[in-house]
Amino acid sequence: MSTSANQYWRANLRLVSTLLVIWFIVSYLFGIILVEPLNSISLGGYPLGFWFAQQGSIYTFVALIFIYVWKMGQLDRKYDVHED
Amino acid sequence: MDLQTLTYIVVGATFALYIGIAIWSRASSTGEFYVAGKGVHPVANGMATAADWMSAASFISMAGLIAFKGYDASVYLMGWTGGYVLLAMLLAPYLRKFGKFTVPEFIGDRYYSQTARIVAVICLIVASITYVIGQMKGIGVAFSRFLETSYEVGLFSGMGIVFIYAVMGGMKGITYTQIAQYVVLIFAYTVPAIFISLQLTGNPLPQLGLGGTIASGESLLATLDKVLVDLGFNEYTAMKDTTLNLSLLTLSLMIGTAGLPHVIVRFFTVPKVADARKSAGWALLFIAILYTTAPAVGGMSFFNLINTVQPGEIAAEDGALKYEDRPTWFSNWEKTGLLSFEDKNADGRIQYRAAKDENELTVDRDIMVLANPEIAKLPNWVIALVVAGGLAAALSTAAGLLMAISSAISHDLVKGVFNPGISEKGELFAARLAMAGAIGIAGWFGLNPPGFAAQVVALAFGLAASSIFPALMMGIFYKRMNNTGAILGMIAGLTSTLVYIFWFKGWFFVPGTEMAANTAENWFMGIQPESFGAVGALINFAVAIVVSKLTAPPPEHIQHLVEDIRVPKGAGQASAH
Repeated sequence: MSTSANQYWRANLRLVSTLLVIWFIVSYLFGIILVEPLNSISLGGYPLGFWFAQQGSIYTFVALIFIYVWKMGQLDRKYDVHED
Repeated sequence: MDLQTLTYIVVGATFALYIGIAIWSRASSTGEFYVAGKGVHPVANGMATAADWMSAASFISMAGLIAFKGYDASVYLMGWTGGYVLLAMLLAPYLRKFGKFTVPEFIGDRYYSQTARIVAVICLIVASITYVIGQMKGIGVAFSRFLETSYEVGLFSGMGIVFIYAVMGGMKGITYTQIAQYVVLIFAYTVPAIFISLQLTGNPLPQLGLGGTIASGESLLATLDKVLVDLGFNEYTAMKDTTLNLSLLTLSLMIGTAGLPHVIVRFFTVPKVADARKSAGWALLFIAILYTTAPAVGGMSFFNLINTVQPGEIAAEDGALKYEDRPTWFSNWEKTGLLSFEDKNADGRIQYRAAKDENELTVDRDIMVLANPEIAKLPNWVIALVVAGGLAAALSTAAGLLMAISSAISHDLVKGVFNPGISEKGELFAARLAMAGAIGIAGWFGLNPPGFAAQVVALAFGLAASSIFPALMMGIFYKRMNNTGAILGMIAGLTSTLVYIFWFKGWFFVPGTEMAANTAENWFMGIQPESFGAVGALINFAVAIVVSKLTAPPPEHIQHLVEDIRVPKGAGQASAH
């Protein structure tokens, strides 16, 4: 693999790993593992852990994909691998 | 106008619309039959994917599970949305770059092996058929209520409609029909939710209403927690299952989402690699509208149900509703056999309690969404709309799945392996024959479904998670993965998960053939069958990596192929190939 393609792939993996860490935090960590301690905090009438499990994680997922689309578009152009 | 007539009119009108679109855009070539000529706009494709994706399990069953399980059902919400993040970032753009018709075709080419392709076809069929069984349960429930007949008659009518519908169109017809179905189903889901949220909390947004306060000035969720505890149940917002089980089920649903062939194939239909990424985002946005509304539908419908059967004090003798005073929706659902009352203490009142020997009301969870507008006394047209929406959800997914099954059989098995010289006409005929077979099998299982629609569907996700997802992901991210590793990995993942499920649910779901009772004491490390897909996926990864390290690396041209799919530049044209 050429150096530039290699760098592109590494940058891609870095981006995806960062986004997947957030993905893990809002669902597994806030929504399941830490749900009970978080439930003592209230958000708009919801216990916070319960809110993450039934609302907050979903909003974050949508945002994550659009951030990915935007960042990948930048990477594609930077390394000149974009489609016409 | 009475409800029955109105329902016929609304359901009839929406069906006429779908069929009209299907005829208008009838598939003419094999390429169009499977992937719609690859020219679908990302937003349109996102909407069609959302309809394809949101099935009877999402529309009819999920809010019912949320109602009766409270917090624990959050796994379905997170699992079925979080999977799109994986799909968008790990699979969709690369599979689009590769540019083939079907998922087994990718696996066959990437692992340079016909055996790999055949194994992928088997994995695909097992997961998809299980998924269709879940749809059949949902369709059966919707039709039985709509026709006011038994569940069985409802199921058979539904099978007939699905057959006519899926066999007539193809992917091209389906894409546009599915956009129409998305509009119908999202309207049907959100309208009653808005009404009920306004009724209970005065907030028109169900997403905020669930956190709102009710007429008494108390918070809705806190009141629900309190009432449930008084009836002997656990709190609505509390965790009841184990952290391990909930995490594994969420993971199974997520990676299953990313591994389900009928969803993946949708990303072959957009013009560019960048569009495949965008399309996943739009799909999830459209899905999120329903998924963030569902918790409100679940919580509020359950609150209304309890208030209906328990209008007075729980401790008071006359607190429960008299059976002879039961509302019309109650007696209508009794006809389907999905709701029943047994007067155990012979006082003529409906006691709904946690204790099995005191409880007199049995409610099939799958009826909650359909019964919800009736329980809340919403106008008849809203109720008719919900029936039409439920049918749209079930039909769109069933059609997408049948398409995946039939293309796997006709394109990958018949044309790809057994009879490469088959004519286009012959291939289309094989595809339609495969669909008919799949509907028959799924309908037969639907008579004795191994669980609620959403639970059966969860099993399907476990199967997809354990077999297809790892093979696809390693195909892109692990250049060293070879044919032997991938094949043995898929076989190990699928078999372990399938055996675990059959062990507790009966061989081929036949009641009475379970090897052990389906209870927490018998489960391996307390893992329920629905959650096992994540473990199966781990087994798949482990077997594949170990075997691959011990055997010869893939040939050079395959390594180049992997390098090539990692960059968007040079993706194939948007036309059929």
